[in-house]
Amino acid sequence: MNILTYILLGFLVICAISVTFSKKLLNSVLIFMSYSLVMSIIWMMLESPDLAITEAAVGAGVTSVLFFVTLRKIHAMGEEDVDDEER
Amino acid sequence: MFGPNLFTNYGEAVSVILFVIGFSNLLLQKNLIKKIIGLNIMDTAVYLFLAEKGYIRDRVAPIVVDGIQEVEAYINPVPSGLVLTGIVVSVSVTAIMLSLTIRLYRRYHTLDLDEISMLLKKEGR
Amino acid sequence: MKKDSAFSRWFYGERDTLLDRVEMKPQTGHAPRAGEIRELMEERRLIREHIYDVEDNQKLKLFHRLYQVAAVVFCATLMLIMLVAVSWLPENGNPDNPVNNEVSARYIENGLQETGAVNIVTGMILDYRAFDTFGESNVLFISTVTVLILLHNKKKKETGAEDVAGGRANTAEKSRKSAGPAEKSGSIYEENLILQKIAGILVPIIVIFGVYVILNGHLSPGGGFSGGAIIGAGLILYQNAFGFEKTERFFTEKTYKWICFFALTFYCLAKSYSFFTGANHLESGIPLGKPGAILSSGLILPLNICVGLVVACTMYTFFAMFRKGDF
Repeated sequence: MNILTYILLGFLVICAISVTFSKKLLNSVLIFMSYSLVMSIIWMMLESPDLAITEAAVGAGVTSVLFFVTLRKIHAMGEEDVDDEER
Repeated sequence: MFGPNLFTNYGEAVSVILFVIGFSNLLLQKNLIKKIIGLNIMDTAVYLFLAEKGYIRDRVAPIVVDGIQEVEAYINPVPSGLVLTGIVVSVSVTAIMLSLTIRLYRRYHTLDLDEISMLLKKEGR
Repeated sequence: MKKDSAFSRWFYGERDTLLDRVEMKPQTGHAPRAGEIRELMEERRLIREHIYDVEDNQKLKLFHRLYQVAAVVFCATLMLIMLVAVSWLPENGNPDNPVNNEVSARYIENGLQETGAVNIVTGMILDYRAFDTFGESNVLFISTVTVLILLHNKKKKETGAEDVAGGRANTAEKSRKSAGPAEKSGSIYEENLILQKIAGILVPIIVIFGVYVILNGHLSPGGGFSGGAIIGAGLILYQNAFGFEKTERFFTEKTYKWICFFALTFYCLAKSYSFFTGANHLESGIPLGKPGAILSSGLILPLNICVGLVVACTMYTFFAMFRKGDF
């Protein structure tokens, strides 16, 4: 139990740092999504299931979807998507 | 300088580190989307800190089971309620910031804050 | 109410009643010609050179370097200070911490009797601190309104002078193309059979799970916020699979307006009633029911449903605004 907590907290820090250094915006949004998911697992282990279920639905779900749609609007999701939109 | 509890409070320490990482994202990145992600990381770091403060060893989540209502059975419910409202506010703040970003992109065709400020200066505002 | 009164016109969104009287003009955006875009690109290249030119801009470069160094030093100092503060905090997980004071003890000991909710957190945020949650629902509503103001594209059928306003947002040529018929019907996804089949299976399950989470908010983890977000995510998946044509059949601007209006008004009235009667230990007439049953805990279940409706509509509206600028 304790070791799993250490691993998950370390994963959080690694995720937060790699958001800073990733070159592509899409990658950083994906990393942020996994960050939110791991955060919800940590809240589950801290005995607050209300927070865990809300974060899993809101942080990892809806916020990431909003980021993806924004990236699509600002044409930062790669060439094939831009072609898709022009069709 | 350091007190005795730095390694027993590892959860709080990690949340402080996450807060600073998010804040440095906010200061050093030029891209607006990354700034917004940094702000979200700061949000979740604060929530992690609050949830760690409410946690008590060997107790369960505050859902009454079998009619047991002693204080010794459950963790502190107050930080959970605070964070629950905070999470949903943070998503609405994120949505407003992203829509402002879209408007800026439509106007200036860039996400770099330096370029936007240069264009603004050129427009004479 | 008169049909042509200013309020009803404002309420049904027929015409902006303040448009002529107050000094307020619709924003005419900046719609560049084809040549202008090339000009803009050239200008941007020049500006970029201007910014990053080392020879001519020694001062700017020095400022950037100084700024970065100062930011890193500031962040490091902040982290050090806060780590020292954390190291002097009381031990994590200790029951005798000052955080665990009489407030949480009272919530745990008397929460079930006073609110009737088995989940103490839900009982707290929807009974003891219900006006806080009401304010938060209003925050969601106001943020939706802000996003609507920022990203709303008026429909093309309103011809004439409003057509200019309709095209105001489409500055770049690309986005003008994307607002064409292909985007409007969402026909990008028309051929995606795998997504449609999977969504046909998954969407009902997701929505039912969201309804379950809302209805059991006072019995198990969850509640209006998480259940509403789950339903909103299900609606987003449905839209992505089947396009806007299908969702417009049941979710339009009017739906959003009425649902939010009724949910927020009901929340406000119900909670005001219970506050004025129940909070002073008078008889409020709302039965608390047997703890553990679905129909229990007084007002918490209807309030949960209200919050869930507001959150679900808000999430879907955010997505629709970001995606198309319309419902």
